Amino acid sequence: MSSGKRILVKGNDAIGMGAIKAGCRFYFGYPITPQNEIPEFMSRELPKIGGEFVQAESELASINMVLGASALGVRSMTSSSSPGISLMQEGLSYMAGQELPAVVINVVRCGPGLGGIAASQGDYFQAVKGGGHGDYHLIVLAPASVQEMYDHTILAFDLADRYRNPAMVLADAILGQMQEPIVEREEEVQEPRKPWALTGAKGRPARHIKSLLLKEGELESHNRLLQEKYREVQKHEIRYNELEVEDAELVVAAFGTSARIARTAVSKARSEGLKVGLFRPVTLFPFPGERLRVLSARVKNFLVVEMNTGQMVEDVRLNVSGDASVFFYGRPGGAIPTPMEVYERIVKHYKEQ
Amino acid sequence: MYYDVFISGFGGQGILLAGQLLAEAAMEKGLEVTFFPSYGVEMRGGTARCTVILSDEAIGSPIVDSPLCIIAMNQPSLLRYQESLPEGGLFIVNSSLARLEDVQRDDILVRAVPISELAIELGNARLANMVALGAFAQCSGTLAPEEIVAALESVISARNRKLIPLNEKAILEGARYAREMPVFQMHEVEKRDGQTY
Amino acid sequence: MKPVFSKPKALNDAVMHYCPGCGHGVVHRLVGEALDHFDILDRTVGVAPVGCAVLMYDYFNCDIIEAPHGRPPAVATGMKRSRPDLIIFAYQGDGDLASIGLAEIVHAANRGENVTVIFVNNTVYGMTGGQMAPTTLLGQQTTTSPYGRNLNTDGYPIRMAEMLATLEGTSYVARHAIDTPANILRARKSIFRAFEMQVKDMGFSFVELLTTCPTNWGMSSRESIRRIKEELIPYFPLGVFKEKEVADYI
Repeated sequence: MSSGKRILVKGNDAIGMGAIKAGCRFYFGYPITPQNEIPEFMSRELPKIGGEFVQAESELASINMVLGASALGVRSMTSSSSPGISLMQEGLSYMAGQELPAVVINVVRCGPGLGGIAASQGDYFQAVKGGGHGDYHLIVLAPASVQEMYDHTILAFDLADRYRNPAMVLADAILGQMQEPIVEREEEVQEPRKPWALTGAKGRPARHIKSLLLKEGELESHNRLLQEKYREVQKHEIRYNELEVEDAELVVAAFGTSARIARTAVSKARSEGLKVGLFRPVTLFPFPGERLRVLSARVKNFLVVEMNTGQMVEDVRLNVSGDASVFFYGRPGGAIPTPMEVYERIVKHYKEQ
Repeated sequence: MYYDVFISGFGGQGILLAGQLLAEAAMEKGLEVTFFPSYGVEMRGGTARCTVILSDEAIGSPIVDSPLCIIAMNQPSLLRYQESLPEGGLFIVNSSLARLEDVQRDDILVRAVPISELAIELGNARLANMVALGAFAQCSGTLAPEEIVAALESVISARNRKLIPLNEKAILEGARYAREMPVFQMHEVEKRDGQTY
Repeated sequence: MKPVFSKPKALNDAVMHYCPGCGHGVVHRLVGEALDHFDILDRTVGVAPVGCAVLMYDYFNCDIIEAPHGRPPAVATGMKRSRPDLIIFAYQGDGDLASIGLAEIVHAANRGENVTVIFVNNTVYGMTGGQMAPTTLLGQQTTTSPYGRNLNTDGYPIRMAEMLATLEGTSYVARHAIDTPANILRARKSIFRAFEMQVKDMGFSFVELLTTCPTNWGMSSRESIRRIKEELIPYFPLGVFKEKEVADYI
């Protein structure tokens, strides 16, 4: 951490601060709880620094405004919460197909349908498995603190540009609404050159950005290239945190807010002599499955904790070795697992070994 | 060091501002801190609650089910949250608006402070949140009342800067009351049977 | 030898995929002439729709992006807001603009985005095979209105130019027909005016063009041109519906 001053910031505001630090000057969005502080922040701050804020008529429009701005080579973003993100899936699929970078923030609320405004992790599948049509992936980051809301927003812009792919910060209502100290980044953010951008065909042949590929074999090759790119992302961008897994006999796996809750439960278990560790994927795509595979050569018990009915647990099961047991504890619909509930599950499964 | 507290009351009692001020003060002291407001779909009225966690280590769960301290600023908060306290937990009750005799627990530490009355004596009922924080600082021993006073400037908007001295007075008054009040024993409470709210 | 007729520089030599008798080729040419006239080809970005004109990037010598169905006005908004020095035009058909993209066109117009929208109205979905469009005339048979468009079940054809002209945010709104040389010249004048509005930062400009779709109308080219005069123009009157003298923003 740099030596900068700590300031108390709300998670949603930290996202706005991170975006501006990353050089984003164009924000397009539509109101939805629990992320309204983000468009409010951007509408207040962007005009001061020569940026543009547009309150779009819908999330369909916001994501397509981002698509347009991104195609011209500027950093732009939108934010929303679950129902609004559903409306953006069309645009995200197009941008993945057209290889356009963008940052999309999902401050997840509970569903399905209008659901509620409380926190949830029910959008994991939508975020990491595609969501829209076609074979594609978003790069998905899962912050677990207000500092990471800030840091991951900057990182999302960098990764999106590096891989010419939309990147999503998958937060939730708790992370959006809570306040914690953060330290702002001091060094400048470097934006890469974008030789593919549409800038007017001055002194060069006209450029086209499209995803309609009708010539025989063209779309298959394009898909192969996209997959090649995703493999590169998997090779270079996997991020995760671990806590006391070295001698653990049971490892709790959780992301985002669930990982924070699990951390408290793991500490309590440790203080009572149970050999328990915590594994927290920071990138959900690319998923740190290889690390889980390595861990499972020794650890035979995993407890996955989520604020849903079991989504990331599928990716954990896919990756751990065949003789490992994977247990699940989750609460859907805006209910939040308490540290005590998680602790009780740890004790139960620890004894079952 | 680890400490967590619920502050709960009516919307309009400055509950969230109190939580923010406590969090700011703890941060300025160099502690790790998490402030989490509960929020509803309504824009006005209803119940307001927030959680503040202070620690000298990285904070795990921002969600707490059984905090070490609860500040109940009104009767509904007293009724709703007393069961959440762990044994030996600290229950700071605004005795101006909540009835002590409705505290059912005898395994917790109750501190009754006529928070709203003290605020009105200082000239404004809206100072109740500051009086409460002063009492909290005194009773919990987590922060010195002066450390909370020092954070006022970061939390109170420029527009209301002139109110800082009054807020300071309210924080110190809450602390003074808590310091000087007799330690309250649950068995001394006479239960008034048959009365309900 | 002095050339008396040539292609606009804005168009390349590719052979267009449009059907014989289709109006898109003429409209492309008029847009191309406007880009030449204002010498803006090298700072223009076009937004292609979903529909027959999705392939317009094969014909224009300017940068072009393909937008999701109905979303060109939103894409154009994102572009113009981030690079106001570029000239941004969206090119849309009737299904794209008046059906799936109705919200996007109305709100871009209402915000007075300084972009140009070329709206090609041939009263039918072309690329998907002749289904009913929001502009399909009452009684008109299409593959999804085989008994003719019925006002009781399908509602009335939408007049987009008139609708957008009511919005305070629009600066220039016109409708022309691509049928006779005289009407094409009027259309050309309006398309030029629409781009001029944008070049002069005058705000949102919109030109609707009634065109033929002989293939999906089941007509010869000649019959389809006649239909514009006999059926389309009586329902979709031609003219300039709105023209601001000064920009009302900035």
